[in-house]
Amino acid sequence: MTALLGRARSWEGLLLAVLLVIAAVNVMYSPYYLGIGNIVNLFQLSIEKIIVVLVMTLIIVNGEIDLSVASVMGLSACVMAWLFQMGVAMPWAMLAALAAGVVAGLINGFWVAYVGLPSLAVTLAGLIGYRGVARILVEDRAIGGYPLWFNRFGQQPLLGPLTVSIVIFLVLFAVVAVVLHRSALGRLVYVIGNNLQAARYSGVRVRRVKLALFVASSVVAALAGLLYAARLGSVRGDMAQGFELDIITIVLLGGVSIFGGSGNLAGVGLSILVILNLRNGMGLANITGNTQTSVIGALLILSVLAPNMAQAIESKLKGRET
Amino acid sequence: MRWLQRHVRPEQIRELSLLLLIVVAILIFGSQIEGYYTSRTFNRVASSVAIITVVAVGQTLVVLTRNIDLSVGSIVGCTAYFAGARIAADHAMSPLLLVLVAVALGAAMGAINGALVAWGRVPSIIVTLGSLAIYRGILIDYSGARTVTTDSLPAWLVDLPRWNLATLGGLDIRALFALALAMVIIFQVATSYLNVGRRFYAIGSNPDAAHLMGLPTKRIVFTAFLLSGALSGLAGFMTLARFGNITVEAGRGLELQVVAAVVVGGVNIFGGSGTVMGAMLGGVMIGTLEQSLYRLQISEFWRDAVLGLLILLAVASDAVILHRLRALWARTELKLIAKPPPLEAEP
Repeated sequence: MTALLGRARSWEGLLLAVLLVIAAVNVMYSPYYLGIGNIVNLFQLSIEKIIVVLVMTLIIVNGEIDLSVASVMGLSACVMAWLFQMGVAMPWAMLAALAAGVVAGLINGFWVAYVGLPSLAVTLAGLIGYRGVARILVEDRAIGGYPLWFNRFGQQPLLGPLTVSIVIFLVLFAVVAVVLHRSALGRLVYVIGNNLQAARYSGVRVRRVKLALFVASSVVAALAGLLYAARLGSVRGDMAQGFELDIITIVLLGGVSIFGGSGNLAGVGLSILVILNLRNGMGLANITGNTQTSVIGALLILSVLAPNMAQAIESKLKGRET
Repeated sequence: MRWLQRHVRPEQIRELSLLLLIVVAILIFGSQIEGYYTSRTFNRVASSVAIITVVAVGQTLVVLTRNIDLSVGSIVGCTAYFAGARIAADHAMSPLLLVLVAVALGAAMGAINGALVAWGRVPSIIVTLGSLAIYRGILIDYSGARTVTTDSLPAWLVDLPRWNLATLGGLDIRALFALALAMVIIFQVATSYLNVGRRFYAIGSNPDAAHLMGLPTKRIVFTAFLLSGALSGLAGFMTLARFGNITVEAGRGLELQVVAAVVVGGVNIFGGSGTVMGAMLGGVMIGTLEQSLYRLQISEFWRDAVLGLLILLAVASDAVILHRLRALWARTELKLIAKPPPLEAEP
């Protein structure tokens, strides 16, 4: 019984309870909520963000942050569109877009891991700079007219009702889960996030791990940018602008500490479901997108404030007993 | 060298080199753009810098205490719209009252951030990412997506941006620019010479030591956010005066430019070092680039890429060069302690 209570009081337990409440309310509101079409749609509408969330989890557990992901998404889509417009074959254009992601990741990782600059500042520069490069390439045009197979890539079901993007998300979720919780690399990610100095003195190759994570983050963001372009069928310079807010919000709401070293993928998975269902439910209840964003902002603050308050009250009560 | 080390701190060298960089940039742009050295260019740069600078002053205070305020863009938008809606409804409202309304609203929003960070113990990046979204959402709901238009505003407010206070050697000092300068001077003096101001540095350098010394750390962090909000409110009023048309999108993305100005200006993102003057120089650098690239017609699309590179260079030079300079300064001091000047020989 106490174990069950302990489980319920953990962060994941709380998220699960919130998720069940949201799902119950949604079921009452709309008979279509539980339909397979709505469930697929619910994932499909934010699929690019939640793909990036997975690697962002690794970065934040590692004690860093990557603010440039949304700009890398835009950059990769713009590189692809620009090359396609110049007459380069689509597969090569897509490959070049992923390569742009590798380069962006190497730049971020080099300055953070090898020069030792704060990742907040480096990736802020990346957020502005990579978006700038995307704008230089595409300027104020909207580039469309891609081959049919590319557009299908974003929409068409692959396995049963699941689209390519959803399959990629599920595979990546499994990969990140194994890496973070079942591999030596995953332990290093936690160790570095917990105590950078201790990790360094124990002979952990801190620089390599950090560089690898930043490259992974940018490559996955570049892939997500391509998927987004395929879904929309058209590319503009301001594509995916501002996505970093939602992405970081989902990770932090999943119980990952902004200071690194704690959190797990189960929490992040639940947090993804909570946010998607909340948005979906509010959409069904005719609440506008802006109010939805406000609610999620409030949820982000509460997710840290509530445990702090509970702890403060608990310690005060204990103080009274003695 | 000894003289240099006694009279100039490494941080001041950092600011001087930024000033030099601005001069170099102006010389380069001047050689490329015809008719660059005119009062018109100065006015353009000055009025685009004014708003960023006022917000950057507040941001500097917050960053000095090892925090960050990402909600400033939303606060500027909210206060600009709210003040605009007030004055449009009542033209007889006194100018001073209008400014006070904007500043008070901004201060209230900043106070909410500050209370959550200081007493709620929530990291500032989380609080202000959240309030960035919340304040913008409130603005959109409150306004019903309507727009404040220039013709609904009284004449004095529309004319304010063109109001000249003084002319210095052919350069006009406009009211809004003067206001920004005044804020920089007030806060520069306060943070360098007043007890209250030095406390921001103390907390950012070492929060634990500041707490053990008996400084009211929570209250100081709260004050930093309160001031950042109030200055954003003032910037909201300036935005209203400058643009006249205020949509729900006003001030969106401003936080990036402001954080960029502060970082380029040499304020350490981990707190404890940097000055208000530096942040202003950062703002001037960004404003000069923005306005000049636009005039150069190599396409305004280059602006963001250049800005990103500039931030990276600023942070990198801080880490590599400033660190060495500090070490050099510290070494000389150690030498002086280890080898005191020889005593007079005894007879």
